[in-house]
Amino acid sequence: QIDYTGTEPSSPCNKCLNVSWDSTPPCTCTINFTLEHSFESNVFMYYGLSNFYQNHRRYVKSRDDSQLNGDNSSLLNPSKECEPYRTNEDKPIAPCGAIANSMFNDTLELYRIENDTRTPITLIKKGIAWWTDKNVKFRNPTGDGNNLTALFQGTTKPINWPKPVYMLDSEPDNNGFINEDFIVWMRTAALPTFRKLYRLIERKNNLQPTLQAGKYSLDIAYNYPVHSFDGRKRMILSTISWMGGKNPFLGIAYITVGSICFFLGVVLLIIHHKYGNRNTSADIPN
Amino acid sequence: MDCSLLRTLVSRYCAGEENWVDSRTIYVGHREPPPGTEAYIPQRFPDNRIVSSKYTFWNFVPKNLFEQFRRIANFYFLIIFLVQLIIDTPTSPVTSGLPLLFVITVTAIKQGYEDWLRHKADNAMNQCPVHFIQHGKLVRKQSRKLRTYYAVQDTKSFHNEQEIDALHATIECEQPQPDLYKFVGRINVYHDRNEPTARPLGSENLLLRGATLKNTEKIFGVAIYTGMETKMALNYQAKSQKRSAVEKSMNVFLIVYLCILISKALINTVLKYMWQSEPFRDEPWYNQKTEPERKRNVFLRAFTDFLAFMVLFNYIIPVSMYVTVEMQKFLGSYFLTWDEEMFDEDTGEGPLVNTSDLNEELGQIEYVFTDKTGTLTENNMEFVECCIEGHVYVPHVICNGQILHDCTGIDMIDSSPGASGKEREELFFRALCLCHTVQVKDDDSVDGLKKNHLSRRSCIYISSSPDEVALVEGIQRLGYTYLRLKDNFMEILNRENNIEKFELLEVLSFDSVRRRMSVIVKSSTGDIFLFCKGADSSIFPRVKEGKIDQIRSRVERNAVEGLRTLCVAYKKLTAEEYSNAQKLLQNAKLALQDREKKLAEVYEKIERDFILLGATAVEDRLQEKAADTIEALQKAGIKVWVLTGDKMETAAAACYACKLFRRNTQILELTTKKIEEQSLHDVLFDLSKTVLRHSGSLTRDTFSGLSTDMQDYGLIIDGAALSLIMKPRQDGSSGNYRELFLEICRNCSAVLCCRMAPLQKAQIVKLIKLSKEHPITLAIGDGANDVSMILEAHVGIGIIGKEGRQAARNSDYAIPKFKHLKKMLLVHGHFYYVRISELVQYFFYKNVCFIFPQFLYQFFCGFSQQTLYDTAYLTLYNISFTSLPILLYGLMEQHVSADTLKREPSLYRDIAKNALLRWRAFIYWTFLGVFDAVVFFFGAYFLFENTIVTSNGQMFGNWTFGTLVFTVLVFTVTLKLALDTHYWTWVNHFMIWGSLVFYIIFSLLWGGIIWPFLNYQRMYYVFMQMLSSGPAWLGIILLITVSLLPDVLKKVLCRQLWPTATERIQNASRHCREHISEFTPLACLKSPRYRSSDCSNSPARRSNSHSKKMMFTHWRGIDYSVLPSVFGYSNKHCRSSAGYRYSGSGLETSV
Repeated sequence: QIDYTGTEPSSPCNKCLNVSWDSTPPCTCTINFTLEHSFESNVFMYYGLSNFYQNHRRYVKSRDDSQLNGDNSSLLNPSKECEPYRTNEDKPIAPCGAIANSMFNDTLELYRIENDTRTPITLIKKGIAWWTDKNVKFRNPTGDGNNLTALFQGTTKPINWPKPVYMLDSEPDNNGFINEDFIVWMRTAALPTFRKLYRLIERKNNLQPTLQAGKYSLDIAYNYPVHSFDGRKRMILSTISWMGGKNPFLGIAYITVGSICFFLGVVLLIIHHKYGNRNTSADIPN
Repeated sequence: MDCSLLRTLVSRYCAGEENWVDSRTIYVGHREPPPGTEAYIPQRFPDNRIVSSKYTFWNFVPKNLFEQFRRIANFYFLIIFLVQLIIDTPTSPVTSGLPLLFVITVTAIKQGYEDWLRHKADNAMNQCPVHFIQHGKLVRKQSRKLRTYYAVQDTKSFHNEQEIDALHATIECEQPQPDLYKFVGRINVYHDRNEPTARPLGSENLLLRGATLKNTEKIFGVAIYTGMETKMALNYQAKSQKRSAVEKSMNVFLIVYLCILISKALINTVLKYMWQSEPFRDEPWYNQKTEPERKRNVFLRAFTDFLAFMVLFNYIIPVSMYVTVEMQKFLGSYFLTWDEEMFDEDTGEGPLVNTSDLNEELGQIEYVFTDKTGTLTENNMEFVECCIEGHVYVPHVICNGQILHDCTGIDMIDSSPGASGKEREELFFRALCLCHTVQVKDDDSVDGLKKNHLSRRSCIYISSSPDEVALVEGIQRLGYTYLRLKDNFMEILNRENNIEKFELLEVLSFDSVRRRMSVIVKSSTGDIFLFCKGADSSIFPRVKEGKIDQIRSRVERNAVEGLRTLCVAYKKLTAEEYSNAQKLLQNAKLALQDREKKLAEVYEKIERDFILLGATAVEDRLQEKAADTIEALQKAGIKVWVLTGDKMETAAAACYACKLFRRNTQILELTTKKIEEQSLHDVLFDLSKTVLRHSGSLTRDTFSGLSTDMQDYGLIIDGAALSLIMKPRQDGSSGNYRELFLEICRNCSAVLCCRMAPLQKAQIVKLIKLSKEHPITLAIGDGANDVSMILEAHVGIGIIGKEGRQAARNSDYAIPKFKHLKKMLLVHGHFYYVRISELVQYFFYKNVCFIFPQFLYQFFCGFSQQTLYDTAYLTLYNISFTSLPILLYGLMEQHVSADTLKREPSLYRDIAKNALLRWRAFIYWTFLGVFDAVVFFFGAYFLFENTIVTSNGQMFGNWTFGTLVFTVLVFTVTLKLALDTHYWTWVNHFMIWGSLVFYIIFSLLWGGIIWPFLNYQRMYYVFMQMLSSGPAWLGIILLITVSLLPDVLKKVLCRQLWPTATERIQNASRHCREHISEFTPLACLKSPRYRSSDCSNSPARRSNSHSKKMMFTHWRGIDYSVLPSVFGYSNKHCRSSAGYRYSGSGLETSV
């Protein structure tokens, strides 16, 4: 878990702290870190934001699900809920709304440093969104041909985005509304501190761990400003078992509740023996 | 109904002014009055259409809506709904609009159905055929076209229609008024320009709407009042609304929750603006406001926010509670009607429920006021003896009801009757034969009333008073048979089988103020006699000769034995005296104003200077199991008061017989006699001193109430003394007396009030009702004289008895016999109360659980009024996910079996004084709800915070979070109810598990499809994704367990350490069952242990092994304590209760 917000002056990302959306070229910074233990199975790479109210009411409702579902009329005439991110210069925004507009746009790259050589680690960007979201809920608009540029004709990009929605990715099945980074972002988080899945690192073969212990460096294209609202940004690497990630809460809770129950059981047993007899002697009035 | 002869009416008055005159004049047969009378204007009386329905087809919707929104709760939800429509609120208007619509529709359907029934009844009534005479012919028409209703029965001399048609008369009578038993009128018959002859009309001449003819096939009459002006219709008016204690506390709780709601909204609004004071929070770059929002005034914005919070939290006041409560009451009342034990085979009547609003009040009764005659007793009189000038005659009765004809005079006091005695004796018998209003019915095929196959001819005596029937029958056994009344001649068959004829001149009918009645007859020899019979207190002062002392002592002796006594006296009138009397009577009877007062004065004048003949004694047997019932009620901590108009001695004897007073009861008397000796003041103080001296030291015992060694007091008070106490005095010290009197009464276990006037009964009830503890009172009675007290008490119960149905009609509940009161209160009342109190508390609880997480969520979403749950969940939570199990619980729950409740009246004390809805219980439930809500929310919070909960690394959003909380909520709330349910039927299982299954199916469906027509798809696959994650499962199970734990713990601890009587019984009965199950090997599978752990464990069953282990530790803890384990205990109790049952049944058979 690496915090790369860069509020501390010593942090390499400090220079990017007051970056704005449209800064070109993006401010980049590199953070080096060491893994103590190697990660044996698939590794999941997350970005985390805190103090970011994705669950604010104005924010949550600021989207148009039918537009995202590929409805052509909604594409050109988005729902009023999207205000004030509905139109820009009299053109409808696609995808409209505050959520889409504020999509996370830092780029993270991971390198392994071995004997001063940086080997890039392959990050897979597919499979990070819910299958149903990707295949059912989010659809590109339909029309003749598969040219997304043509299909999104008449719309404009969200204000904060550097490029339109049909240029999110080079692969056609990960572009437009069905871009998985976009879909992940569109699922609003429940709490102001949250994390979202960014990339997968798959285990290549059975002999080597996915990520060996050692030195790594994280290259960040720092685009996403969080300093203005006291936010933090993190990058998290995690492995996952069938039960999900590490979750101390459940374990602690179960142990606590279990021991309370056991304790109560004993206490009640004692009480029952002691007072149960008393009850026996107490006559029920007939 | 075959009788109404109709004449259209004409009156001299215009419609508008009509109400202002005291009397109306009706011209029979449209005929104009003879010249000379005042000018008249033809006037329309209302037609004979009866309208008891509230709505018509056209005005149903607006009128019903208006009625419904007059209820505070509905109005509140309407306001919320409107607010949602107007401002930008977190939840769509549908969420509150739909439940409201549901509630309104259900209520409207119910009311519409009831109104439709009324319409149907009205139509049936309005369309039934009526015969009336037009120009000497019978014509049929539908009733609605009739112009009048009442028929005056005055047809002795008419024999056919033509003659009737020739009748030329006017009827003057009072304006329509609702008193059924009063009618004052006068008929003027014009004979060929002669002076009109006036004859009086009283209530005995009146046929009420809906009356049926019994003794004759047809009758001619004149319709006097029609349609809505008939006395019956005037009586349709709704009775005053009684509200139950539960409803009152429910309203208080509602207000508390309203305060909580408002304060929650306020807190959130204030916090929101504090939090927002930093601009980057109010409007971060990623989440900007629209232009109009930014421009809005701060205060307006704050107000809108406040309203939005109100809307968000408004579910804390449950929408559907009112409807559920109403349905619970309405359907629950059927259980009373269906109760076979309360069905009386003799009369073929079951209990009637006139209002279902008071069901639970039956479980709260602290005072029972009961009438004696007809309620405690059968009102089935048996002639026991008569005493003529000191000689006692007892008719011999052989068991089968066969009667020996020779009568034997048993001489008790005087040895030789002597010649004059003989003569007196005969006079006495004749007096009894003549002085009554009994009618004879030869035909024994008549249904109803009293049937008796008497010696020579089968005939039936019918009378409104059973005493009279008993007397006439008794006299028949002594040799004098009343045959019939024919053409104003009363025929008597005397001992020598000769028929004697007496001409009936006047009847001075009975009323409860005079307490006597007289007849004036002319014997065949021409002598005119006045025979009078009545209560001793009203006869003795009017007697001028006769063996008063001997008779008085005999009367008193009989009264002590609990017999009803009447004295008989006579006087001989000369022709002159008679004509005087007759004139007086005639005048009084013709008066339209103050007729009663004038009549009373005349009676007073005529009925005096009697010669005392003797006295009769009639036994009124106690109703079966009356004593048993009273004893049970007293054990249940209910104070029983007997209010009666009878003599003190009679009443006291009856009270001893029905165990109201026991042998060791110390009787305190507060009677006129005592007050004459000392002043009222002294008596009261003496009594209170006696009472308080003991109760002071024994207060604790009084509470347990069962210790027989305790001195208990019975108070006897009579009407006169009571009115002295109640009478307001100038110096204002009456309040003092009243307090003192109440103080005494509170410390007496039983109170007998005798010599009470009907109004005094109501006064007593009111006095107790308004005393400072505000106890819940119940009045039970069967006669018209009990109506005032039935209406006054919190719960009025009528006995469907012999004295007509007036009491039953005016009551809230009607039962066939007094003994049914026991089951009604101890079983049904107890159940109703337990059910509804749980229902009310549970409703608040589940909505606290529901809404409090939303409140907590506001702290994590920047106070932006973001909802935690999806709209569909918000809407359906109260309507479908959690509504049916509690409704069913409200209908079916029997925390103890009905038999046990009946056997152990003391269980009633457990719920006395609204015990289950006290503040402590309310706060407990509320805190339980808050605790559960905190567990749900923070459990989910910690589960979601910073961890990955899926196996493929994907993240959940806010809707999954809400769904998780909601799932835990629905399961916890439903299982909590399952924990509280003691009485499991398959319906319960079906409802509880069914609604959980329904929730799951609904969620799957709701998330399974991209719903067209919806502009958001936020729930798409949320539920399925959640279920695919292991930690979510574990979390759900853990949270459910934790939130149920404190309640289980509290139950177990309380049950073990401070068990209430109810719980002890529950344990005992469980032991019994288990004990029995030992002998039936297969049954042990069904023993409660397995069942209880089974059903509570069911969420665990689906879990993996890890959680199962946890659950087992948990449940083991509970099972240890819940399970009965000491077998000696169970054996003993089984035996004792079985023994009790045995002796109980023995008692029953012997009675």
